[in-house]
Amino acid sequence: MRESFFPDFDWHTVFVQPWTEYASNSFWIALMGFLVSGTCGLVGCFVILRRMALVGDAISHSLLPGITLAFLLTNSRATLPMMIGAIVAGVATVALIEAIRYSSRIKPDAAIGIVFSSLFAVGVLLISAFADKVDLDAECVLYGELGFIPLQDIAQFGGIEIGPGPVVRMAVIALIAIVLLLIFYKEMLVTSFDSALAASLGINPTRYQYGLTLLLSIVIVSSFESVGVVLVIAMIIFPGATALLLTDRLPIALWLSTLFSALYALLGFHLATWLNASIAGGMTVIAGFLFALVWLVAPRRGLIARYVRPNQALESPIEPLESSV
Amino acid sequence: MSANLTLYKRSLLSLARWRRPRFAASIQSASSFASDAKHSNETSVPMTNDTNPKTPSPLEVHDLTVAYTKRPVLYGIDLEVPKGSIVGVVGPNGAGKSTLIKSIMGLLPVASGWIKVFGKSFNQSVTRVGYVPQRESVDWDFPVNAMDVVLMGRYGRLGPFKRPSKADKEIAMACLEKVKMLPYANRQISNLSGGQQQRVFLARALAQESDLYLMDEPFVGVDATTEAAIIEILRELQAQGKTLIVVHHDLTTAPDYFDRILLLNMRVVAFGKTEDVFNFDNLQMAYGGRLSILSEVALSRARKKAEGDTPDNLAE
Repeated sequence: MRESFFPDFDWHTVFVQPWTEYASNSFWIALMGFLVSGTCGLVGCFVILRRMALVGDAISHSLLPGITLAFLLTNSRATLPMMIGAIVAGVATVALIEAIRYSSRIKPDAAIGIVFSSLFAVGVLLISAFADKVDLDAECVLYGELGFIPLQDIAQFGGIEIGPGPVVRMAVIALIAIVLLLIFYKEMLVTSFDSALAASLGINPTRYQYGLTLLLSIVIVSSFESVGVVLVIAMIIFPGATALLLTDRLPIALWLSTLFSALYALLGFHLATWLNASIAGGMTVIAGFLFALVWLVAPRRGLIARYVRPNQALESPIEPLESSV
Repeated sequence: MSANLTLYKRSLLSLARWRRPRFAASIQSASSFASDAKHSNETSVPMTNDTNPKTPSPLEVHDLTVAYTKRPVLYGIDLEVPKGSIVGVVGPNGAGKSTLIKSIMGLLPVASGWIKVFGKSFNQSVTRVGYVPQRESVDWDFPVNAMDVVLMGRYGRLGPFKRPSKADKEIAMACLEKVKMLPYANRQISNLSGGQQQRVFLARALAQESDLYLMDEPFVGVDATTEAAIIEILRELQAQGKTLIVVHHDLTTAPDYFDRILLLNMRVVAFGKTEDVFNFDNLQMAYGGRLSILSEVALSRARKKAEGDTPDNLAE
């Protein structure tokens, strides 16, 4: 019989023990959490600015039929076929949403709902119909499990053990995402801000739209085994949304989103340790809590700042032009 | 009664032109060429470019039809814009003014016809075209400051994989200075007034260092001083031999600002020199029965004429 709803909070078991007795496991779990939320967060900043957040949610759900089909076709859980299946599903989702939106009077939000729920349902149907053949743990696909990360096969490079396979793969994906975003930063910036201007500059907005969708699909499929297809959207939206409440500059927002991701991973891990619960759930609860906190106390855009100084935008009055012009 | 009859006749006439856009436009272009020849001595910019095949027109549109999901928005548009002109695109709401600008930039699928920019496709001449979008078309909460926005004007010249250099930043600063926005370079764009936002957009277009500028309603929601500043810069660009195509909604100022007018209402109602085209008949054809606007314009023009200010004097 439990005495209270929450387990007793013990500083030692929650914060110290993981880093003394189980240091190696804790390190890989926290690192994986950070890699997942950090990569999702960086890509997510651009996703938010393009108002594609719901599209991200749609992609994450429609990965289910993608990876299931890939599994049924190849009969293996190797990363590459899964990745390809997921990317195809992601691109198909966006193409279908665009097609419905363009050729009917259905508005984008309804189109997103139609596409991702039906694709997700196809995935559910496939998994349950071929349950004996599909060696996919539905629970793991939906909710993810960071706790198992240290138990996975150790990746080796040139005979040297580097770390658990998923962590190494995620690190590679993170590196690819960072390099791509750095190389195409100015194109991503201008196509997100003003697609017509981008086109007039010879930068094809549709190409970058699909490029980002592709990158988003890759990042989501690499993240789902850790945080699951449902909570991966939290990792995409929260870091950027929280960061954008604090700054007016995109580069700073990108750095802040990385910082927040680290906090999610670390605090979420400890929260889950305390409650003996899902780590992905813990990370998302922390993300929601930090967002609420920033929303409340952000220096210029927070609720309190708005209440205290409602006209902060007019704080430094805008001088009129000299009349000489 | 007789007014109604005239209107009816006019609508019949416009229907006839609508059905045969090519024919109507060929009359139009013929008359505009004739007027070119007539006025060639009075204009400061040489018009020889029109007829010389070796220097292609900054913008040539032939039989352009554009449709949004099967509903046509522009019919059989024919245009040849001479180098160094400021063209005001005027017409009622929904006349396809913005659509024309967007089709020139290849943003909309073209149902028929073609568009040539400096004798080539838009994509081939992309670095020679500058664009000022409608102010409402962008998200002003976007996390960029005025300087970032102006630097975007340099992106087309940078090409892939390259970051703006120090020289690009200096050009951007010079352009901000030109629109008197340098003190606000580091300000987030939502903390600027409407006029200031429009000037940032203009500075960005200047940073593109183009030969043809497409501007979509640059005077909407700006204060009088900004409007004067913008028009001064437009004239400066014209003096440098650049060509400007400006979507404009204010009929009272249109004849003062532009040396050529394109009256648009899904098709080309009239295109040519302002003094030849900007008259009551053409305006009524473009705007249909909305006489209140027209009489207002007519009155204000008449008043200006009475004061001895011809449009040409005002333009100086």
